[in-house]
Amino acid sequence: MTLAEFRKIAVNGLWKQNTSLVQILGLCPLLAVTTNLVNGAMLSLATILVMALSGAVISSLRNLIPHEIRIPVFILIVATLVTVIDLLFNANLHQLYLVLGIFIPLITTNCIVLARVEAYANKNPPLQSTFDGIFMGVGMLWTLSLLGGLRELIGQGTLLSGIDMVIPGLEAIQVFPANYPGFLLALLPPGAFIVLGCLVAWKNWAEARASARRPPRKKAP
Amino acid sequence: MNFTTPPYLTQDISVRRVMLHVLAALLPGIAVYVWLIGPAVLAQIGIATATALAAEAAMLLARGRPLALFLGDGSAVVTAWLIALAFPPLAPWWLVAVGTAFAIVVAKHLYGGLGQNPFNPAMIAFAACIVSFPALMSQWPAVDSGAGFGEHLALILGQAPRLDALAGATPLDALKTALKLGEGQTSVAAITANAAVFGHVAGRGWEWLALAYLAGGLWLGWRGIIGWRVPASFLAGLAATSGASWLWRPEAFADPLFHLFSGGSMLGAFFIATDPVTGCTTPRGKLIFGFSAGALAWLIRVFGGYPDGVAFAVLLMNLCVPIIDLYTQPPIFGMKK
Repeated sequence: MTLAEFRKIAVNGLWKQNTSLVQILGLCPLLAVTTNLVNGAMLSLATILVMALSGAVISSLRNLIPHEIRIPVFILIVATLVTVIDLLFNANLHQLYLVLGIFIPLITTNCIVLARVEAYANKNPPLQSTFDGIFMGVGMLWTLSLLGGLRELIGQGTLLSGIDMVIPGLEAIQVFPANYPGFLLALLPPGAFIVLGCLVAWKNWAEARASARRPPRKKAP
Repeated sequence: MNFTTPPYLTQDISVRRVMLHVLAALLPGIAVYVWLIGPAVLAQIGIATATALAAEAAMLLARGRPLALFLGDGSAVVTAWLIALAFPPLAPWWLVAVGTAFAIVVAKHLYGGLGQNPFNPAMIAFAACIVSFPALMSQWPAVDSGAGFGEHLALILGQAPRLDALAGATPLDALKTALKLGEGQTSVAAITANAAVFGHVAGRGWEWLALAYLAGGLWLGWRGIIGWRVPASFLAGLAATSGASWLWRPEAFADPLFHLFSGGSMLGAFFIATDPVTGCTTPRGKLIFGFSAGALAWLIRVFGGYPDGVAFAVLLMNLCVPIIDLYTQPPIFGMKK
């Protein structure tokens, strides 16, 4: 795998093909768990693990899986991996497991996972597929963390609430004064749509600005 | 009969003229409101207007639009006044400011500014705030609480504790709560006859406010600023649903007059549902839009958990405007339907 190839995968996952901002995939967990930064980040971490492993496994088996029944086979493999992650969360991060609840098992049906497996791992070698899974997941991680952080900040004036479920001993940061009344709308599903819409607009705006600054390409002869 | 030949004089139907008319039509309502509650109402209008103009200017600068043209058209001021009149008059200042800023920034400019917004900005402010701060948005003062302007101002500025004594229920809320507590043992007539919050046909004092809005709205209609279709069908929708339920079980449902003169009915019918940007444009569409909004307002107000349903009803119907307009296009002249 060349460095250029690696860079392309990374840029695609982190920015160009960002699952939440460009593909707008996986909205169900996005709406439900990004009520604070920790939940958004932790679900993304679980998804990264699933995506990296499923990319590696399915890519290794891609020549053995019959084309006609590939989707059920993909789902079976992904479900197996999700079960492993689910049990790991249950055993080691039990408090957080209770908060994320059904959304960890539901990673199985997350369209991001299936989309990358079908579009990438099924056609590319294992190493590339693993990196693709990781970077797609990291793209989701930063977006969901940003979204969760913004919603938490506007909704209740804190950051990293629930961090003690991941790293015991740490406490949430009270950004706004304790008597901040909390803009509840941001914590409700409409708030997720509004903030996500603003993030998508920001990404498009940033790209439009960048392409306007770039010197115009020469026309093809 | 006089025949004239062109050139004709064009009538001035600028946004500015329409908005100034709407503001003028709100004045009788504001006067009655001040008489009922006190000058605190004017303070809220001031807060809302200042916030709206500041938010409008900031968004116009950010979007690179001409400041003077859009600030001067008065549309932001109309939104601000409607928000100030729809919010509880003794709400803390930041509540009105947050609502107004949300209306101008999110509901108006993020959709492309005046003329592009699919939802009524003032009603978006109301919905966003009642969902986010249900307790503060439900604290309506009793009409004769006896508190002076100083006390009101302290409440608005957050300097005084929010006493329950100052906050009475609106007539709609009082009726809903009493009916729920009565569990079928009481009747609407018994409740409205005994509680001090009720007046001749609706809430004591509040019915005069509704009447003042009605007067202002009729003047707007007479001046040709709003058509008759939306307000008439809105009130008809409200009256039809409340009338049918009242005829069916008069002990469990309030009569149509009560609903017409309670809460935001009149303000909604003449000043909010008639918004030319977010409402229907076809003649039949306007009738459908108004009637459905009125019926929905009754439904949400009677069976919903919030004090009033006008805001949600108007927003829900705003959502339906494109499809109503699509199916009610009048046939082109000379074409068969």
